[in-house]
Amino acid sequence: MRISQFDIQPKSGPEAGREPAGVASAEASPIRKFLLSRGHSAFTDRGFHLLMVLCGLSIFGIVALIAFELVLRSDMTLHKFGLDFFFKAFSDPDTKQTVYWDPFNGLFSAVPFVYGTLVSSFLALLMAVPLAVGVAVFLTEMCPRALRGPLAFLTELLAAIPSVIYGLWAVFVLVPLMREHVNPLLVGALGWTGFFNDDNPTGLGFLASGVILAIMILPIISSLTREVMSAVPHSQREAVLALGATRWEMIRMGVLRNARIGIVGAIILGLGRALGETMAVTMVIGNSPQIHRSLLSTGSSMASVIANEYAEATSDMHLSALTEIGLALFVVTIIVNGLAQLLVWAVTRGAPSQAH
Amino acid sequence: MGVGIEVGNLNAWYGTNHTLQDINLHIPANHATALIGPSGCGKSTFVRCLNRMHETNPIARVTGSVRIGDLDIYADAKPVEIRRRVGMVFQRPNPFPTMSIYDNVAAGLKLNGYSNRRVLDEIVEKSLRNSALWDEVKDDLRKKSGASLSGGQQQRLCIARALAVDPEVLLMDEPASALDPVSTSKIEDLIFELKSQYTIVIVTHNMQQAARVAEKTGFFLNGRMVEFDSTHKIFTNPSDKRTEDYITGRFG
Amino acid sequence: MKSRETSFRSRVRAATDHLATTLAILATVVVVAPLLVIFIYLLVKGARSLNLAFFTQIPKPPGEVGGGMANAILGSAILLALSSLIGVPIGIGGGIFLAEFGRGTKLANGVRFTADVLNGVPSIVMGVAVYALIVKPHVSWLPFTGHFSAFAGGVALGFMMIPTVCRTTEEMLLMVPNAVREAALGLGVPNWRSVLSITVRTASPGIITGCMLAFARVAGETAPLIFTAFGNAFWSSNLNQPMAALPLQIYNYALSPYDDWRRLAWAGALVLIVLIVLAVSLVRYVTSRGVLKGAS
Repeated sequence: MRISQFDIQPKSGPEAGREPAGVASAEASPIRKFLLSRGHSAFTDRGFHLLMVLCGLSIFGIVALIAFELVLRSDMTLHKFGLDFFFKAFSDPDTKQTVYWDPFNGLFSAVPFVYGTLVSSFLALLMAVPLAVGVAVFLTEMCPRALRGPLAFLTELLAAIPSVIYGLWAVFVLVPLMREHVNPLLVGALGWTGFFNDDNPTGLGFLASGVILAIMILPIISSLTREVMSAVPHSQREAVLALGATRWEMIRMGVLRNARIGIVGAIILGLGRALGETMAVTMVIGNSPQIHRSLLSTGSSMASVIANEYAEATSDMHLSALTEIGLALFVVTIIVNGLAQLLVWAVTRGAPSQAH
Repeated sequence: MGVGIEVGNLNAWYGTNHTLQDINLHIPANHATALIGPSGCGKSTFVRCLNRMHETNPIARVTGSVRIGDLDIYADAKPVEIRRRVGMVFQRPNPFPTMSIYDNVAAGLKLNGYSNRRVLDEIVEKSLRNSALWDEVKDDLRKKSGASLSGGQQQRLCIARALAVDPEVLLMDEPASALDPVSTSKIEDLIFELKSQYTIVIVTHNMQQAARVAEKTGFFLNGRMVEFDSTHKIFTNPSDKRTEDYITGRFG
Repeated sequence: MKSRETSFRSRVRAATDHLATTLAILATVVVVAPLLVIFIYLLVKGARSLNLAFFTQIPKPPGEVGGGMANAILGSAILLALSSLIGVPIGIGGGIFLAEFGRGTKLANGVRFTADVLNGVPSIVMGVAVYALIVKPHVSWLPFTGHFSAFAGGVALGFMMIPTVCRTTEEMLLMVPNAVREAALGLGVPNWRSVLSITVRTASPGIITGCMLAFARVAGETAPLIFTAFGNAFWSSNLNQPMAALPLQIYNYALSPYDDWRRLAWAGALVLIVLIVLAVSLVRYVTSRGVLKGAS
C-alpha cells in the first residue's frame, strides 16, 4: 500500500552539490592512529578502583583501630574489676566512707563519672529539647521567609563554635552568674526537694555543665528536627488545614506527628553529643569524683576525668582505668549515634545527613 | 571513511528484562541509518550496544556479536578502545559544565593524553566547522563555558566533541528531540553533510526526520527488529503490517 | 446549633495557636540570644587584649605581663596542615568510592553508616586511641613514636577529618548528573580519568567546601590534642616534639590563676572564633549562591 504522507524528498543538503567539508581520506588520520595506540587502561582502572575501595575501608579501619587500642589498654582494669567497675564502689576500711577513685591506692570505680555524665546530659536534654523543637517549628512553619536564612545561619554558627570557647565563656560569665544569682534563687525556692543544696558556693557543678551542654546540643537537635519536618510532604499539611485546623493544630497533627520518629532520632543524636562532650564540661563541672543528689554540687564526667588525668596518670592501673572509661564512652556513643542515625534515616529515607 | 557494522544474534538484558532479542542487521558504511519504533522498543539499548555503553549499567548483559569493520567489538577489544572509534551524541546535550568550549571539543583528545597544542587548535576548529558551530563561537572559545550556550548550540558542541576524536561511526540517540525546530533543522543538515565521512546511526522518534536524512531505516518493536530496508520503501510500501501500523500512527 | 459551645472551643483553639506561636518565637530568641551574647562578650573582652604582640610573641613566664600566642597559632597551622594531608586525600577517596564505585552496594552502605557514626564519637576517645597508637605504643614501630608530638596530634585530627570529608564529597559527587559521566565514557576516556578529570572536577567547588567545613571543625578541637600534641610553651616547628595549638593554649590559660594568661585566653578565643566564623560564612556563601549549580 502506498503511503502518501511520506512522499517527501530526502534532504539534499543546504547547498546542493557542495563538497562536504573536509575530504575524507582512505587511511586513518594521525589522530585515529594516536588513539588506537593508547591502549585500554584496564590496569590503571583496576588500580584506581582498588585505591578508592581502600580509602572507603579506612573508615572501618579507624573504628577497628580505636576499638582495638581501647580494649587492649584497658585490659588491666577489665580483668581486675570486671563490670563492677561501672556499678560498685569501695569502702575505706578506716573511715567507712565510700571511695570511688583513689589512684594512689589503686582503687578505681567509674560510678561517679557515669553519674556525672548522665546527670549533666539529661539536664541538658531537659533544657535543650523544648527549645530546639520550638526553634525548629518556628523556622520551618512560622518564620517569615526573609528571616529564615539569617536565623538558620545563626543556629549553624552556634554549632560551629568550638567547645573550648563555650567553656571559656561558661567559666567567666555563666558560672559567676549562677553563683551569684541563679543558684541562691534555686536553693531558696526549690531547696526543699533535696536537689538544690547550698553546699557548693563556687557556681560550678552539674547544673552549670547542664546549661552549657544544652546550649551546645541545641543547634544539632534543632537543625535535624528542621530537616525531618521539611521531609514531611506538603500534602499532609494541606489535608489537616482542609479540615479547618488552626496553624498550631496543623503543625501538631500534620507535621510533628509524622516527623516524631525523626525528632526522637534528633534528640538521641543530641544526647550522643552531650555524652561525649569534653572541654566545656571539664571547665565547668568542678572535677570532683563524688556523687551528690544536689544538682548544684560539683562532680565529674567520664570525658572530663580522661581529659584531666590521662596525661599525668600515675600508674598503669590508673591509665587502664581511664582507658576503660574511654572504651565505655566509645561503645555508648556508637550505640546511641547508630540508633539516632537509623531513626533519622527512617524518616528522611536515606537523604545524606548534614547535622554536623 | 566510515565502516560498516555487522550485528549478529544480538541479545541484551537489563537484569531479567530481555530488552533486545535476536537482532541481525547490516548497517552500511558512509550512510545514515535511522532506527524508529515506539517508546521502550529497545532502539536506544541497541545503539548503546554498538559502543558498549550498555554495559556501564551493572545489571546489563549482552550476548551475540557486533562487528565494526572487521573487528568484533565484544570479543576482540576493550570498551574504552571501542568508544574511541564509535562516537555518541546523547538525547540531552551534555557538554562538560566546568570546561570552556575549546576544552569541551578537545576533551576526548586531552583526556586521552594528547597534548600537541597546535594540532589541537586545528582539530578544534575543524570539528566546530564540521558541526556548523564555528562561526558562532570562534571568538569565545576559551572564554565561554560549554554550559552557557543555547540548547541547539550545546548539541552541536557535543557533535563537535564526538567528531574531534575522528571516529569511524557516529551514534546519535534522538539528538534533536530536546531542541527547537530551527536547531533540529540545523542538525539534520549536519547529519546529511557528515554521512559521507562517517557511518551514522540515528535513533529517532520523528519519522519525518528519518525520511529526510537516512538512506536505510530499521523498525524496532518490543525488542525485535521487525523490518530493515531502504527508507523510501519503509515509509511508502512496508512489507510488515506492524511497520505500516506504526508509521501510519495506529500506535506509538 | 450549639453556637456558644463551638465559639468557646474555637476561642480555646485560637488561643492555643497564639500561645504556640509565642512560645516558638520565645524559644528562638532564647536560642539566638546566647550566641549573640557570647560573641559580643568575646569581641569586647578579646579585642581589649588583642595587640600586635599577640601575633608575634610567645607567652611570657607566669607573673610577667605581655607576650602572645604566636607559637600556638603557628602550631595550629602546622597541625592543621598535617591533618589535612591525612584527612583530605583519604576522605575524598572514600567519597569517590561511595559515589562512583560502590553506589547501592552493601559495602558502601556500611561505610556510609560507619562514617556517620564515627563522626559522633567523642574526640577525646580519638585522642586516647592515637595516644595508644603513637605516643605510647607497645611496639615502637615508627621513628615518630614514643612521645608526645605534633605528628601524633596531626594523626588524631586527620582521622577525625576523614569521615566528614568522605560524606560531604559523596554528597557533592552525587549531585553531578549522570549525563556528564556518560559523555566522558562515550568519548573513550578510561574510567579513572573520567572520575578524576570530569566528575570530581565538576564537583570540586562543593568538595572544597566540604573540606573547609571539616577543617573549621577540626581547627577548634582541643580534647584530642591534650595527650597527643600536648602543647608547647615555646616556639617549635618540630613535628617530632610536642606542639602548641591555639585551642589547647586557650584551655590551659583559661584555667590558670594568672590574669595575664587569662587575658591571652580571651584574645586567642576571639581569633579562633573569627577564623571559624569566616570559614563557615564562606561555606554558606558558596553553597547558597549556587556556585555548585555549575554541575547542572
